[in-house]
Amino acid sequence: MVDLTVKIHNIEFKNPVMTASGTSGFAEELMDFYDVSQLGALFLKGTTLKNRDGNDYPRMAETASGMLNAVGLQNKGIDYFIENIYPRIKNYNTPLIVNVNGSTVEEYIEVTEKVNELDRIPAIELNISCPNVKEGGMAFGVSCVGAEVVTKAVREVYDKTLIVKLSPNVTDITEIAKAVEAQGADSVSLVNTFLAMAIDAEKRTPLLSTITGGLSGPAIKPIALRMVWQVYNAVKIPVIGMGGIMNATDAIEFMLAGATAIQVGTAIFKDPFIPVQIIEGIKEYLERHNLKSAKDLIGALQL
Amino acid sequence: MSKKAVADFCVVENSPLNSTNFLIKLKAPLKLPVFQPGQFVNVDIKGTDEIFLRRPFSIYEVDYKENTLSLIVKILGRGSKKLTEIREGEICSLVYPLGNGFTIPQKGEKVLLIGGGSGVAPMLFLAKVSGLQPENVNLLLGARTIEEHVDVKKYGEYGNLHFSTEDGSLGEKGFVTQHPIFKNNLHMFDRVYACGPDVMMRAIAKEAKAANIFCEVSLENLMACGFGVCLCCIEPTNRGNLCVCTDGPVFNINDLKW
Repeated sequence: MVDLTVKIHNIEFKNPVMTASGTSGFAEELMDFYDVSQLGALFLKGTTLKNRDGNDYPRMAETASGMLNAVGLQNKGIDYFIENIYPRIKNYNTPLIVNVNGSTVEEYIEVTEKVNELDRIPAIELNISCPNVKEGGMAFGVSCVGAEVVTKAVREVYDKTLIVKLSPNVTDITEIAKAVEAQGADSVSLVNTFLAMAIDAEKRTPLLSTITGGLSGPAIKPIALRMVWQVYNAVKIPVIGMGGIMNATDAIEFMLAGATAIQVGTAIFKDPFIPVQIIEGIKEYLERHNLKSAKDLIGALQL
Repeated sequence: MSKKAVADFCVVENSPLNSTNFLIKLKAPLKLPVFQPGQFVNVDIKGTDEIFLRRPFSIYEVDYKENTLSLIVKILGRGSKKLTEIREGEICSLVYPLGNGFTIPQKGEKVLLIGGGSGVAPMLFLAKVSGLQPENVNLLLGARTIEEHVDVKKYGEYGNLHFSTEDGSLGEKGFVTQHPIFKNNLHMFDRVYACGPDVMMRAIAKEAKAANIFCEVSLENLMACGFGVCLCCIEPTNRGNLCVCTDGPVFNINDLKW
């Protein structure tokens, strides 16, 4: 029997396969298909202090081997989550991780303090990389100073596991990773979507209401993989890798590049069962390669 | 049992209905759940990297005995075009059942079902399962030309058929809203249901609202997932931005900001 467990900070996950924030709702949507307790963890939809309606329609455009989105963090706010959603999902038998967002440092702090009170939320993912909001979001994640300020402020009010989600829209992602590590982040997750654009040539108009949006899907996988490799070699804290993972082979590649765990995102839109299939695929790979543990894959790239 | 499924269906029929519409019949590997008219499936279209996401299609017919379901696929873009090239015997992955169906009318009510283009599919399904006496069901079907009309003769047994075409090649000339059954007789109906192009549904909604008649429409906003996680297909409503895939695709017009 292979051991699929992996550890990030003080949390032991039953396997390294997690769902990316914004692609698996608040876990209930996946429960319509299968029991989510099979998954390593679920990263819940990005949550802000107050209700956000998000951006105007259209918010999505299909592109070659991927898609753009410009949802803009539509959510009902942290209080709604705590009062209405949390009670329904808190007993799912897998870690649920809240993705924390804010327009200002104060908002990040306030949301974090509220999440800190929730017994069944063992970690937060600090989102300093959303490309689809005018204020906050990626603005914090594209400079070392911005990333440091938010991470430091949140670290001071949060004692559970702090994961910081990084933007790929930077010159050197390792600098940002090192900056948040120095401010006490327990882990980094990468990458968020790439700022991108799509045009309707016939109509001569942008395909998104916001003109630009975030690119995800297999189109970004090789770049994401490179960034995970770079960050793995630059920091000591565990890396959670994501970006266009569609199957177990993709997931294993990210782990070989240094990811302790991986998140499945856009693939869920194609088939919500893909995370479950990836768990099976990793198990099969470990057996075929006579490896005892998923941990043996982490950074095991042979050079 | 899970409420929703992903399964590989087998294509048992793909036949052109006219120049732009195809009937695709798919056999399920598992016993099909009961589908409500207005619900849809999300279809994986293989064969090119340009088509990454699934495409949603509303259910046209379900044969629970044969365990098959049929879709009317109208060529609108690269996805639907590619899907119409699928051959009998090929495998096609579906996510189903998705969305909420139309409110089933009550016994004795008079209903007007309006379908434009491939929007005829859920209307014909609704006519079939409405449980109403055929004389209480009126189907108004619109298309640009006679060539783009799907042959619906067999639906005569479920209700009265009315046609309109923009060029007058079949039935009344003009849009469905210019057809006498709609223009002059709207007040006769207890419920109006519509599926088709956005402009058509907006025009219908405007009249139905003015006449204070119950009206439901089925929206077709662009979707990525189809089951409520991506938040891409939102429609502004009086209850905020709602997902067309899970809160719809059927909406009462009073909920919409039309």
